[in-house]
Amino acid sequence: MEVVVGMKKEKMEFDETELRLGIGSTKASEEVVRKRGFSETENHDDDDDENTTMDLMLNLSSKEASGEVDPNDKIKNLQKEKTLLPDPAKPPTKTQVVGWPPVRSYRKNMLAMQKSSTNFGDESEKNNAISFVKVSMDGAPYLRKVDLKMYKSYSQLSDSLGKMFSSFTIGNCESQGMKDFMNESKLMDLLNNSDYVPTYEDKDGDWMLVGDVPWEMFVESCKRLRIMKGKEAIGIAPRAMEKCKNRR
Amino acid sequence: MNYFPDEVIEHVFDYVVSHSDRNSLSLVCKSWYRIERFTRQRVFIGNCYSISPERLVERFPDLKSLTLKGKPHFADFSLVPHGWGGFVYPWIEALAKSKVGLEELRLKRMVVSDESLELLSRSFMNFKSLVLVSCEGFTTDGLAAVAANCRSLRELDLQENEVEDHKGQWLSCFPENCTSLVSLNFACLKGEINIGALERLVARSPNLKSLRLNRSVPVDALQRILMRAPQLMDLGIGSFFHDLNSDAYAKLRTTILKCTSITSLSGFLEVAPFSLAAMYPICQNLTSLNLSYAAGIQGSELIKLIRHCGKLQRLWIMDCIGDKGLGVVATACKDLQELRVFPSAPFGNQGAVTEKGLVAISMGCRKLHSLLYFCHQMTNAALITVAKNCPNFIRFRLCILDATKPDPDTMQPLDEGFGAIVQSCKQLRRLSLSGQLTDQVFLYIGMYAEQLEMLSIAFAGETDKGMLYVLNGCKKLRKLEIRDCPFGDTALLTDIGKYETMRSLWMSSCEVTVGACKTLAKKMPSLNVEIFGEGEQADCYVEDGQRVEKMYLYRTVAGKREDAPEYVWTL
Repeated sequence: MEVVVGMKKEKMEFDETELRLGIGSTKASEEVVRKRGFSETENHDDDDDENTTMDLMLNLSSKEASGEVDPNDKIKNLQKEKTLLPDPAKPPTKTQVVGWPPVRSYRKNMLAMQKSSTNFGDESEKNNAISFVKVSMDGAPYLRKVDLKMYKSYSQLSDSLGKMFSSFTIGNCESQGMKDFMNESKLMDLLNNSDYVPTYEDKDGDWMLVGDVPWEMFVESCKRLRIMKGKEAIGIAPRAMEKCKNRR
Repeated sequence: MNYFPDEVIEHVFDYVVSHSDRNSLSLVCKSWYRIERFTRQRVFIGNCYSISPERLVERFPDLKSLTLKGKPHFADFSLVPHGWGGFVYPWIEALAKSKVGLEELRLKRMVVSDESLELLSRSFMNFKSLVLVSCEGFTTDGLAAVAANCRSLRELDLQENEVEDHKGQWLSCFPENCTSLVSLNFACLKGEINIGALERLVARSPNLKSLRLNRSVPVDALQRILMRAPQLMDLGIGSFFHDLNSDAYAKLRTTILKCTSITSLSGFLEVAPFSLAAMYPICQNLTSLNLSYAAGIQGSELIKLIRHCGKLQRLWIMDCIGDKGLGVVATACKDLQELRVFPSAPFGNQGAVTEKGLVAISMGCRKLHSLLYFCHQMTNAALITVAKNCPNFIRFRLCILDATKPDPDTMQPLDEGFGAIVQSCKQLRRLSLSGQLTDQVFLYIGMYAEQLEMLSIAFAGETDKGMLYVLNGCKKLRKLEIRDCPFGDTALLTDIGKYETMRSLWMSSCEVTVGACKTLAKKMPSLNVEIFGEGEQADCYVEDGQRVEKMYLYRTVAGKREDAPEYVWTL
């Protein structure tokens, strides 16, 4: 972790001195860089990519003179001949350049419009690589926490929860009941039989039945889990029943 | 000179189709000129100010199809102030007056008013095809006129236009007896449309082959439309946002299986995550895929989809696919010919793809001939590899988001890399440069880019020599556009005869002065030399020594144009 912090520090110095003709403030572009870094590490299991990313940063920062470099000097260094730039104070660092990058205004506007309207894109970018949520089970003396990003599917989650809370339930049938619950096709039967209903609170603050949406969508929107006693799940269960009817 | 009667020559000319060939025919002799002009049906005018509408109509009375381009290319990037020009009305008026039997009108970067569309719709009984690309100035009212009055309309294709949406019922204006539609593209419209009218229109259009919807068409309507039009070959989905558990989605998945003719897919302006699996069954038939506006699709989903697209020839995507994703493209899409990778964050300068993605593509997609690539960085080594792997490039446009970034491995300019491209790709017709570049790259371009017709330069070069290398060397150069480069009066004035062989020259934020532009305009009456600033009055340019902010010059036989706004000074 210290190494990572170190990398970031060096990168920051480089950012300050690097000649940039891009748009946006220091903070904004740094955040973007950080996000990209995380998303790259998220998707790639092999360490090589991480190292490559970091190595790149290292090379760049070491080639720069440490400490401050006058951006004006930087421009002059880039252009070996006598510079014919009209206004030496003009280009440096983060000034916004009209018409660069050369993307059609129509496309830029569409993108801006889409970014403001879609929630999922923005939310997932903000997520970290870990996602601990509290899990409560009715009747249990204390709560647990699970990292949803550790699992790839509902069945994995239910296995884990089952093991976690098995000591509070009577034998295996309960955890089995919960596993089956995750299986949509057995929903109707289980609602009649099972004592426990797994529910979760989503981003909007609503209590939802676990298992309706694709796994990844669930991970993005789940804030906490609650394994409810069947009787208390009356409020939720009818909705689930309705969904089942619609599915038929 | 004529060994054959005119009818025979006419018949032979019928087989000569390309614009440049027809132009050549007309230059052979007077009688060929005469025969050619009376049989000419398709005319392409790359700069609407190069000739007057009246002269066009006079020369080609049998005109059926006209293509016009208006504003300079850099207008796309907000470099041309509003109101500069490119109005289509005078053209439609002239064509209507002379009773030309116009059937097709294709416009790019022009200002199209509702009045023009109304006049168009009423004047040409056989009008069949309207294609508007990157145009502005009209509303859905104008579209309503076209829909209502063009009885034999086959094609209404609106690409990336800024249309004021009056949320009217323009689609309902297609009369009940209009059954001739072959292509309908309204993806760029922002407003609601009458879904019922759309469904009925599709139902009575048995020849409909291309349909691109906007985001207001919900999934259930899409499903019903696809049921009615299984013969569709080109589909643009506006909204693909829905509950994955819904009946509508399930029905859609089944209906898609029937759409075996779809070879081109685009849109997804709104998309529910993880829903693209519905498309997998048609992926194997796709030759063209445009997901460059699908901001809602994550890189991983994109990659999964593309794995199914083995026949792809054209792919437009966003850079969220990443270098690894491009590696997948390289493995899956062996027939790829055209690739465009757009930045998903054009407001920043952190691209998500680098030279690695491009190299991977070049190794897997040997048929690649057209490229537009927005990236975070590029290296000389990568460009040299790409040049070796893909010598067939016709269009090569590279945009490094940080405009003057050198090769990050060597900290050298990218001269050698681009030099390799022009040397290897002997058929290169269009080139866009970026990154740190010295005069050297222009030396290479002048030396090797023999077929080059269009060159776009930004933040590059060191001295006037750079520009001169290009002007001297590229014999086939037609369009040169330069911004923010240290090229000045010497470069501009050394070979002024060159500009008569070109369509146009754009220079902005360079070192050219008012005096030099005046000199040029005086010596070359066949050119219009326009200078303008940021919407200021033209008379702020008083001193000859003053630097010109923007200059656009073009050859013309129409003389100085009458419709220039106040801030444009035609010298």
